[in-house]
Amino acid sequence: MVQLTLPKNSKPTEGRTWAYPTGARDVREYKVYRWNPDDGKNPRIDTYYVDSGDCGPMVLDALIWIKNNIDPTLTFRRSCREGVCGSCAMNIDGSNTLACTKHAGEIGGAVKIYPLPHQPVVKDLVPDLTNFYAQYASIEPWLHTKSPTPEKEWKQSHDDRVKLDGLYECILCACCSTSCPSYWWNSERFLGPAALLQASRWIDDSRDEAKGERLDNLEDPFRLYRCHTIMNCAKACPKGLNPAKAIAGIKKKMVDRQV
Amino acid sequence: MAGTKARERPLSPHLQIYRWPLPMMMSIAHRLTGIGLYFGTILVVWWLIAVGSGPGGYSRLTAFANSWFGRAVLFAYTWSLIHHMLGGIRHLIWDTGRGFEPNEREWLALATIVGSVSLTMVLWIVGYFIIGGAR
Repeated sequence: MVQLTLPKNSKPTEGRTWAYPTGARDVREYKVYRWNPDDGKNPRIDTYYVDSGDCGPMVLDALIWIKNNIDPTLTFRRSCREGVCGSCAMNIDGSNTLACTKHAGEIGGAVKIYPLPHQPVVKDLVPDLTNFYAQYASIEPWLHTKSPTPEKEWKQSHDDRVKLDGLYECILCACCSTSCPSYWWNSERFLGPAALLQASRWIDDSRDEAKGERLDNLEDPFRLYRCHTIMNCAKACPKGLNPAKAIAGIKKKMVDRQV
Repeated sequence: MAGTKARERPLSPHLQIYRWPLPMMMSIAHRLTGIGLYFGTILVVWWLIAVGSGPGGYSRLTAFANSWFGRAVLFAYTWSLIHHMLGGIRHLIWDTGRGFEPNEREWLALATIVGSVSLTMVLWIVGYFIIGGAR
């Protein structure tokens, strides 16, 4: 339910200010959320000074620079460093995005970095996305068919394939779902923008033969209709997709099938 | 084991750190004006009762409506009403599947706030200064 403030154990405290790099000319201040599961303390905000002249241009480059040069205990997920894997999703400068595609030069002042909002924290910038993945699994993201399996592939016309553009590109980074206030307050029951965009990717697939069942599964005051078109999802998506529009499409299909 | 561990985990900051985009502010304003309308309805009920109860009751209503506090409440109520109505129209547009592109959603948010403020002004200028206040 709606709880505007953080629980007592989650309130961040003032953290440590780490050493200023010596002999650096272009220094950038980073304020990073830290939480260590082993010390029994509240989360804290650490301050680091990054030598921008010695590190790449993206926020992820700076985090890796901190880990290599200042504090090896700083923990975050990253893999592809080119916006394809979705691992380094986090809240940077107040918005959810991928650290690897966010240019530090776009941000004014100190760069503030938090884990994806309103999630249980595993350590530092690593959130526990178990619920998020379970919700993705719940929409059954694979082809459902009843017809006999064709000898070769399930065919799709070019025009039908184009209908999946803007949906199939989702990398499940969770930037959208964790930007959504409705998801913050009801993540147990509301599927959230990412799972719903994926649901719409299968509903719109001309080869899928379970459209009715898929819509039935979403016909629920919480699973689908907790979306109130706040549209933080579309603003946050680092791939430029539009979950809000996809969700509106599902809502429209719910009405269409009744008339 | 996973269950007990998860309970100890802190919840990452959300409202405290998120930079509010304009459409999100309009969504919150839509909620707040909706709540405001609940209380505004009490004013309408009061007005109906006052009309039915004769000159004494009605004069108490006009005394309230002519006080600075009463005017402020009425002004806030008319703004809430108009803002919520425009928000409703915005939702109707979205229900048709339109108005989701980046420039469109920013424009719709801006149009809602500019529209509600200016329509409220027009309503008060016409109602109060041209037709005349509560009598």
